Amino acid sequence: MKVVLQGLTKRFPNRNRKIKTEVVAVSDFTFEIPDGKLVGLLGPSGCGKSTTLNLISGLEKPTSGRVFFGGDDVTDLPPELRGVGLVFQNYALYPHLTVLQNILFPLQNLKGDKKLTKEQMLEKANEAARLVQIDELMERRPSELSGGQQQRVAIARALVKQPNVLLLDEPLSNLDARLRLQTREELRRIQRETGVTTVFVTHDQEEAMSISDLIVVMKDGVLQQIGKPQSVYDDPCNLFVAKFLGTPAINVFEGEVRDGRLFIDSEAVLPVSGVRDGEVFAGVRPEGFIPSAEGAMKLGLEGIEVMGRDTSVISQSPACVSGRIRSIISSETVIDTEKPYVGFDLKPRKVYLFDRKSKERLYFDIAPSGEGADV
Amino acid sequence: MYKNNAKAWLYLLPSVLFLGLFMVYPLVDVLVYSLEEGYNSASQTFSGVGLYNYSFVLHDPYFLQAVKNTFILVIITVPLSTGFALLISLALNSIKALRNLFQTIYFLPYVTNTLAVGLVFMILFKKTEYSEGLINLLINVFGGSSVDFIDGPYWAKMFVLCFYTIWIVLPFKILILTSALASVKQDYYNAAKVDGASKFRIFTKITLPMISPMLFYLIITGFIGAFKAYSDAVALFGTDLNAAQMNTIVGYVYDMLYGGSGWYPSYASAAALILFAVVLTITCINLTVSRRHVQY
Repeated sequence: MKVVLQGLTKRFPNRNRKIKTEVVAVSDFTFEIPDGKLVGLLGPSGCGKSTTLNLISGLEKPTSGRVFFGGDDVTDLPPELRGVGLVFQNYALYPHLTVLQNILFPLQNLKGDKKLTKEQMLEKANEAARLVQIDELMERRPSELSGGQQQRVAIARALVKQPNVLLLDEPLSNLDARLRLQTREELRRIQRETGVTTVFVTHDQEEAMSISDLIVVMKDGVLQQIGKPQSVYDDPCNLFVAKFLGTPAINVFEGEVRDGRLFIDSEAVLPVSGVRDGEVFAGVRPEGFIPSAEGAMKLGLEGIEVMGRDTSVISQSPACVSGRIRSIISSETVIDTEKPYVGFDLKPRKVYLFDRKSKERLYFDIAPSGEGADV
Repeated sequence: MYKNNAKAWLYLLPSVLFLGLFMVYPLVDVLVYSLEEGYNSASQTFSGVGLYNYSFVLHDPYFLQAVKNTFILVIITVPLSTGFALLISLALNSIKALRNLFQTIYFLPYVTNTLAVGLVFMILFKKTEYSEGLINLLINVFGGSSVDFIDGPYWAKMFVLCFYTIWIVLPFKILILTSALASVKQDYYNAAKVDGASKFRIFTKITLPMISPMLFYLIITGFIGAFKAYSDAVALFGTDLNAAQMNTIVGYVYDMLYGGSGWYPSYASAAALILFAVVLTITCINLTVSRRHVQY
């Protein structure tokens, strides 16, 4: 089912009663989640992701704005009437009930013409358990399960009543690194198999990038950018999004645009036509560097890390504002580590310019001659 | 190895001595007293060893009255006080405004002296030549006739005793239950709400099981406490409880030791051990039941 948020705003009164100002958790959110997609709400902690999820589930009432499921306005509906499945960060499995009883719980709440017989309930519970592959653990209690298994039970419990929308709050944060990789594939598979519109919250950009159909990047309650993971990565709309996505992180330089050329550390490194002259931030993705002895950009070489497939070149420059510069190049390229400097050309498509003050993206025309154009 | 053992015993010695002197010896002594027939406390002699003391106590009408009183007290006050405490804590837990004020008010009886409270209850319930007592005035307003709660019929006295006992144990139970309720994570309630559970179902299927360990703790300690009731009866009916028909088992033990009929440590010991056996049995039953119901 399609989920539409329209001008959604949530303000909380300040904890400290003496301060009259309100905390804006979510500010004027408008976006559409297409039917059957897996959407990642991404942002640093405290940016209002979980609040957004709670607004969709109905556990929180918005200060203003509407929520639509399909064509229906559900803003004033309580959570139980919205048909949402919610998986909590700590799973919130009832510790005194077995796995089976936990999964049956939502079904036992159904009333009226939706009421099921015992056999129907069992059948549905078993079906949900099979989907998440926990059908052998049905008689155990949550305390007898591993974190990953508890996670699956929580998903089964959320899915068993066939919700319109599945919501997951930091679903992978309580799992160890290896299980996290495995579980996120699982999540993707379960979502594909059921085709349920799914929204999950995460602060881990890698997680969001790897499995989402769409990612929604948030900061301080304000929506920054929505799009396919790759297109948001390739085309960030502001400095925050550019810095938030990607491992290793983007390298940010203080630069200046003059006469259609980008200057970093008073060297012209890239032709950037179509941008007004002025001070900018220039973000360069780690994969945007082409090593070249006569390269336009000269950076102080600090070291090289060879990691199998790739080589990371660590360098520094006084213009860089994001610490060390990390560039990833093919391991076949040989870098002369004897020299104190390393030269690079830049791939124009991997270079983003941002206004120094507003930090918004400044778009420039890429020279038709392609990558690594000489200056 | 042996040397280590000796050292270990040396370290244990203070606690072994202390516990032996003040815990084990008195317990054994009580058992010994209870088996000594015809014990004379003045000459410290006894005529024989046997179960006569138990037989005497079990046939003593005062003891039987005390057993009856104690059991009525236990059966009425433990469920009622626990139930009331649960209701009040649920109410406290669901209000935001003035919660601290109410919590303080409900906790006041706990820090009030038993005998002082007894005095207040006397004023409320006692009928004298000069006044009817506040409760009787109330009864009169609603058209009933006065009842002497302190020196009157058995049921009236038992009512006052139960009322008083419930009132005095309530604060502690409320305190424990409000904190138990507060410790149930909001996530469970949110999960249940999203899953469409009704308020009643949330209470029976989530709240109650979650606080059941604390609830059983209160029931078990409530049973033990009620079986050991004594001071409450004294506060209301004075020290001559046998005459008032309001004696409890512990009161009987006390009377046998120091009371008007007293200085019979053998009978007192036998009665105390019978009480011990009863409390032990009930507690074992409680624990078995709770183990079946508290499963996490």
